[in-house]
Amino acid sequence: MGGQLIGLQTLAASGTETMRAALSAGGCSSSQCGSSDKPDSMSAEIWEKIKDHPCYSEEAHHYFARMHVAVAPACNIQCNYCNRKYDCANESRPGVVSEKLTPEQARRKVIAVANEVPQLSVLGIAGPGDACYDWKKTRETFSRIADEIPDIKLCLSTNGLALPDHVDEIATMNIDHVTITINMIDPQVGLEIYPWIFYKNRRWTGPDASKILHERQMLGLEMLTTRGILTKINSVMIPGVNDTHLAEVNRVVKEKGAFLHNIMPLISDPAHGTHYGLTGQRGPTHAELQALQAKLEDGTKLMRHCRQCRADAVGLLGEDRGQEFTLTQVPEVVSYDPSRRADYRALVSEMRGEHEAARRAVGETLADLETAPTCLVAVATKGGGRINQHFGHAKEFLVYEVSPHGVRFLSHRKTEQYCEGGWGDDASLDGVIAALNGVSAVLCGKIGDCPKESLAAAGIVATDEYALEWIEEGIGCWYKQISQSQQTRRSA
Amino acid sequence: MAYKIVTSQCTICGACEFECPNGAISLKNDLYVINPKKCTECEGQFDVPQCAAVCPVPKTCIPA
Repeated sequence: MGGQLIGLQTLAASGTETMRAALSAGGCSSSQCGSSDKPDSMSAEIWEKIKDHPCYSEEAHHYFARMHVAVAPACNIQCNYCNRKYDCANESRPGVVSEKLTPEQARRKVIAVANEVPQLSVLGIAGPGDACYDWKKTRETFSRIADEIPDIKLCLSTNGLALPDHVDEIATMNIDHVTITINMIDPQVGLEIYPWIFYKNRRWTGPDASKILHERQMLGLEMLTTRGILTKINSVMIPGVNDTHLAEVNRVVKEKGAFLHNIMPLISDPAHGTHYGLTGQRGPTHAELQALQAKLEDGTKLMRHCRQCRADAVGLLGEDRGQEFTLTQVPEVVSYDPSRRADYRALVSEMRGEHEAARRAVGETLADLETAPTCLVAVATKGGGRINQHFGHAKEFLVYEVSPHGVRFLSHRKTEQYCEGGWGDDASLDGVIAALNGVSAVLCGKIGDCPKESLAAAGIVATDEYALEWIEEGIGCWYKQISQSQQTRRSA
Repeated sequence: MAYKIVTSQCTICGACEFECPNGAISLKNDLYVINPKKCTECEGQFDVPQCAAVCPVPKTCIPA
């Protein structure tokens, strides 16, 4: 079954056996080794909430897909990084969306996707607009869909201003994941981010606007924490505006019970027509973002796998099939068939036990390599937690840090796709090499000799030797091998 | 005495529709319009016309 890897396309039209083959390709083929264990550091109750949520659990993002529906376009604040008129199907970033839906249209679309994409586990309402301000549409959409697909996880994103008004309903509707965008806890910093807010029937500007917003955000966060609803805090990192301030934000949101903190780089371009774009405010570099993340490491758990997906995204993180499910492609009448999602979930729960066991085993074997230096390793994956993508097909690489302390996910790096229709293009290979700066090795499902040599010339080992293995297992094996050979060389 | 929406600038977010205290704003043929018979410019109701205060695009909800 080599090459029968887990991609959404593969699974969409497949039966249980194909799913099983796809998920179990490589590694231990007895699918019964190990139960679906949770990571050691987490309570069973929280693990139950996040284990199928690709945004809240790094581990889940290998298996499960989310979709967003844009049903709540109205917003009550203006941010300097947002231009509400913007609409482009080729752009991929938060707040950008091509198709606004009514709650009924959203219901049809979600059911059509659930029937086609067995990995679907999460439905989010995440803009454009604010899910809590445009609450009636948010509520109606969630209740229609929860009636038909009771096990789908509901989540929403908000700027927090209207959040305290709806926390009780959020709790009774079983919306158990809420994201609040918090860019500051000091109204003076907010001055440069929020030109105005609309609150209590009037528009507020200046420090008043940021002060009200801040107080409402803190109140909302505390209310959610009290009710046991998991919160993710998104912060847009804006160099020179709030970059140094975000450590303070991290401290405060952690204190108030935030589960996850996601630092997102500002996306800014004059073509987007945003205030920041037009005034030349730059976004942070990779290095700046990682330096900040490293500084916050012992704060609230950081989310490192965010892909800043489109507001109408469909699919696993890092891919978007939204264009396959536009309203015109969705049938007028749809009825939900739970069987395929149920089959997939049963399989994943088997697989994950195996994955977790492999992860632990790797951790134990690496501990012996005491003196080996820390390395970065990039992996090409189509999902399922395995090294299973052709080098030339990768649009992004997952970067892991490996050391005697274990294998740890760091970030993803986007690249231009190198290979299209069998022909590699040298110019885009240069781009890939640039994107892999600092990485010692690339592990992929398959790679040709030409790119392998070019990468070697750039000092990067590329290999398909670990194809189809669990990501951590493959990285661990590679690391062990080079560490041992280096040691032998040194002692010789 | 009424407000109007400059259609070419409208993002169709609908914020004005539910802020309007008079139910004067509705979606007609995928565009938001203000019914001048119902619009009071929020006089006696609020300090500022609610549609103009909430609209994200400058100079889009304006006196007719």
